[in-house]
Amino acid sequence: MKIRLDNVVKEFETFRAVHGVSLDIDSGELVALLGPSGSGKTTILRMVAGLEYADAGAIYFGDENATEIPVRDRGVGFVFQHYALFPHMTVGENIAFGMKVSKIKRSPQAIAARVKELLDLVQLSGLKDRFPGQISGGQRQRVALARALAVDPRVLLLDEPFGALDANVRRDLRRWLRKIHDELGITTLFVTHDQEEALDLADRVVILNKGKIVQEGTPEAVCRNPADAFVMNFLGDANRLEAEIRGGKAHVDGVAFEADGVADGSGQILFRPADVSWREDGQGIAARIVRVIDRPDSRRVLAMTESGQAVEFDTAPEFTHRRGDAGFLDIRRPRVYAAA
Amino acid sequence: MRLRRRVLPGLPLALGITLVYVAIIVVLPLAALVFKAASLGPEDYWRIISSDRAVASYRVTVTCALAATAFNLVFGLALAWVLVRYRFPGRRLVDALVDLPFALPTAVAGIALTTLFAANGWFGEPLSLVGIKVAYTPLGIMVAMSFTSIPFIVRTVQPVLEELDPALEEAGQTLGASDLSIFVTVILPLLTPALLAGVSLSFARSLGEFGAIIFIAGNQPFSTEITALLAFIRLEEYDYPASAAIASVMLLTAFVMLAITNLMQARALRYTVRG
Repeated sequence: MKIRLDNVVKEFETFRAVHGVSLDIDSGELVALLGPSGSGKTTILRMVAGLEYADAGAIYFGDENATEIPVRDRGVGFVFQHYALFPHMTVGENIAFGMKVSKIKRSPQAIAARVKELLDLVQLSGLKDRFPGQISGGQRQRVALARALAVDPRVLLLDEPFGALDANVRRDLRRWLRKIHDELGITTLFVTHDQEEALDLADRVVILNKGKIVQEGTPEAVCRNPADAFVMNFLGDANRLEAEIRGGKAHVDGVAFEADGVADGSGQILFRPADVSWREDGQGIAARIVRVIDRPDSRRVLAMTESGQAVEFDTAPEFTHRRGDAGFLDIRRPRVYAAA
Repeated sequence: MRLRRRVLPGLPLALGITLVYVAIIVVLPLAALVFKAASLGPEDYWRIISSDRAVASYRVTVTCALAATAFNLVFGLALAWVLVRYRFPGRRLVDALVDLPFALPTAVAGIALTTLFAANGWFGEPLSLVGIKVAYTPLGIMVAMSFTSIPFIVRTVQPVLEELDPALEEAGQTLGASDLSIFVTVILPLLTPALLAGVSLSFARSLGEFGAIIFIAGNQPFSTEITALLAFIRLEEYDYPASAAIASVMLLTAFVMLAITNLMQARALRYTVRG
């Protein structure tokens, strides 16, 4: 099922507003809505589900305008951040709930068979008669997914599905969700504030800030070509240096960087900590080491440029320079943007 | 042997004070009651508690208490629902008014209700036109019982309703359930333990209510005489053992009822048992 959002607006007295978002999601695609808290990503998801009504704009499921269809008739599967399993029902009863209340009558045998099938799909066959309070968080989230899938939704929507789980469980579930998605081919939209999760799982990432889409594309596209300083910062650790842009070059402490297409004036260059090399000869920006932090697989160096701007970069564990040593920062793949 | 250290100090002292308090305030009077009733021989005891007048009073008390509790179950739940789910002007005032029956001396409530429901009262007059008599009938007893015990249901259900995760209802909606089936299959089962607690308190209070009822009931033996009043009448007659005997029946009823509701609550909460 193709989903299309056409200039959707939602005003709130608080900060969670959405200011005119248009988005196309292809049938069978797995799309991540990525953004910091308050960027409106959950609001968008809830509007697609029908749990929130748009103030303006339209939402299409295929060619059908779904904007005014109430949530119970919209045919979406929704997985909540904190599972929202019915605590007084067993795992099996939770999964069967949607089929039992459905207008389409199913025989008890058909329901039982479908519950079994879904339990197998989410690999929880032995837990049918447990209550949600008796299983782990990761298991609960899988039950929530099975429950959402039970009514054959046209679209699967997940709100921070792994937000409440441990890092390890999270990674496993992520890979597992991708596998399920590939098996079922259901159009899936999920919300996350964790860039690693979005990049790991999604076909396409939609990055939101302050209720607007700032960039959308494949994980590769957004990683290699962040549209602006916000995206660059949000996707991962980034250093930022003030620069002056003159004639297609960005000047920082007497070093020039390519700055094609950036208007003259004050600007900024951003780069990843992994894209810096420490040199003792005269190449790059002059700096002095302030501190060295040890990590299992690398050493993180905190340095200060001559103009007093802080830079962090990663080096091999064999790095032997220490606090107070002077040298030069050789920056690869810098990204130059106009000043914010 | 090393003394076990506790994180929270003062357990022996706190436990001691609590037990002494329970013994003096709760157990001692009950023991005195049982002791007094036991001073009768078994035959006398049985004759007193199974006399026609006593049995009639049990019937009046229990049926009225059941009806009042059923009424409170519905309207207490509705009241709690409205107070939790809706924001309207005067909500805080209504919320505060719920506790009024607790704060008001029950005799005052009884007199006020009698005035309202008497044949020439504000409510009684229009009601008598359609042939309904409230004051001096069992209906009046029910009104007084409902009035004094409705806060129990509201105050036990309200916090549970407030804590109910709205995502549960949203989950029900996304799964295609109607509002009614969400209420019946999701909300009501989750409220059941609180409702049972409220019902048992409300029922117990209705069984034991005295002050509010005697003004409105008419107190005719065999039709509008409640058990508590009968015990009081025996007391007035200086027939302490008979009074204690009748009171012991009420005590036993209260115990049995509390035991039953506790069992029902445990059953309703079985999903919280960790496996």
